[in-house]
Amino acid sequence: MTSPDELRELARRCRVHIVNMVHRAQAGHPGGSLSEIDLLVALYKTTLRVRPSDPRWEDRDRFILSKGHASPGMYAILAEMGFISEEDLTSYRVLGGICQGHVDMKWCPGVDFSAGSLGMGLSFGLGAAIAGRLEESERQVYVMLGDGELQEGSVWEAAMAAAHHELGNLNVILDRNRIQNDDFCEAQMRMFDIPAKWKAFGWNVKEIDGHNMEEIVDGMQFLSTTNSGPSILIAHTVKGHGVSFMADNPAFHGAAPNDEQYALAMQELGEVGA
Amino acid sequence: MTKMAATRDGYGEALLELANNPKVVVLEADLGKSTKSLHFRKAHPERTVSCGIGEQNMLLIGAGLAASGYIPFASTFAIFTERAFEQMRNGVARPNLAVHVCGSHGGTHTGTDGSSAQSIEDLAIYRTLPNVIVMNPSDVVSTKQLTIQLADKASPSYMRTARNKTPVLYEGRENEIEIGKGIVLKEGSDVAIIACGVMVSEALKAAESLQAEGIQASVVDMHTLKPLDGPLIDNLVLTCGALVTAEDHNVIGGLGGAVAEHLTANTYAPLERVGVKDRFGESGQSDEMLEVMEISAPFIAAAAKRAIARKA
Repeated sequence: MTSPDELRELARRCRVHIVNMVHRAQAGHPGGSLSEIDLLVALYKTTLRVRPSDPRWEDRDRFILSKGHASPGMYAILAEMGFISEEDLTSYRVLGGICQGHVDMKWCPGVDFSAGSLGMGLSFGLGAAIAGRLEESERQVYVMLGDGELQEGSVWEAAMAAAHHELGNLNVILDRNRIQNDDFCEAQMRMFDIPAKWKAFGWNVKEIDGHNMEEIVDGMQFLSTTNSGPSILIAHTVKGHGVSFMADNPAFHGAAPNDEQYALAMQELGEVGA
Repeated sequence: MTKMAATRDGYGEALLELANNPKVVVLEADLGKSTKSLHFRKAHPERTVSCGIGEQNMLLIGAGLAASGYIPFASTFAIFTERAFEQMRNGVARPNLAVHVCGSHGGTHTGTDGSSAQSIEDLAIYRTLPNVIVMNPSDVVSTKQLTIQLADKASPSYMRTARNKTPVLYEGRENEIEIGKGIVLKEGSDVAIIACGVMVSEALKAAESLQAEGIQASVVDMHTLKPLDGPLIDNLVLTCGALVTAEDHNVIGGLGGAVAEHLTANTYAPLERVGVKDRFGESGQSDEMLEVMEISAPFIAAAAKRAIARKA
């Protein structure tokens, strides 16, 4: 079992990859990648049953990044896991590169869903979960949603259907970073009591601090072992976490740092002299 | 007396026959009684997924199943599939996941439910999506055969079926039916009428009336709009020199659009397109709607004469 300290160091390296990718591409989505990355690191290292050398292994657990714009975070952990190489990360948003702007199952090993359009991943996860049940497999399906994404009505079609079909193998990780494209969620579309909404839809609900590694590891355990109906882990995060000027700043939802900002970010992430 | 049956029943029969394949699953959005997937549900409830009245969710559940090795058949009314167009585009067509969507109650032929239920743009919108097979079969037998063939395809599909009965054309001729291959139902050398769906039997009626006036028309059932049977069209251009398309669909973007696109890049012949003239329908019986929309047999026959008159 990977220790929390090891997970924290891995998350730090992933943050470096994320900032490198968006700086190199001068485009992309650093904010949501930095908010989700502690969750992804814990999921992949402690919970997800996958084989980097055999990414299409049929009985693997599925991970669906529904907020597919936060692809740098996913590419970073895929590289650290060995699904892709660190060299591949330089192909982010580059013509012909496997690291497409939004994660794409046709392009990148280890990606189970072609995302890019919000509100779609949970429904796809339902299909994968139903398939697992039909095959009497114990594999689990994990879907990461963004909080702004909850404004898509189709998410609630899926939430209702998951409870109706009693899909205990279906799990959501909600990256509750409170910021969406244009502004704070509170300004764009208030969502009020999110845990109460999911409870009312028939889901098992747990809330954690999405940057506290001990709590995250606990949360992943909750998801993988709670199989009486679908479960959601609501992770309270900070958009842009780990880089001071990106943190809690709507401007860095979808913007790349300039060279000066990049140098500062690398310093803050412990890459002194980078 | 011509035997009559609704194409949607062919879909239901095909699903039952496909049930032998354990990978076939059926998705419903509270319209299984109408689209005829209910027979499968009764026989195989464990492989039938109720999605409630939630079409967007249904198509992506299909995508998740297809990505996990299953062969999902999802149905609802043609018009309601359109609500999930972006799901079809981004979640099904783009990753090329073989989800088979059946939109029943297509076209103005749907009748008294009125314009909100009469999809006249479904064939056009799905035809614009890469990877998607688009079909509109004409009778119950061909619908069954084409549905069965879909289970072996590695690409997604959209198939429109009709609510109301149309003449049975292919009893005992099942082996002539193949996805992507138009069927020549009548051979003539003056003009070729290319039709799909409920308009195929109207085209045959039109050809009969033309024959009484000494005009020999070919009639083709172009049940597959995509991939379009280009070699057959090229052959009709050579043998007839004038074409008519006939569809219960907007004249924009459907069968007429597909044939016109083909002609611009190949050997040219005058083309008259019979279809809904870029307007919405209303409540009426099927036969009344074809009259009101000016797409019934007499309108096809008139279009045939116009096409012939335009020959160089």
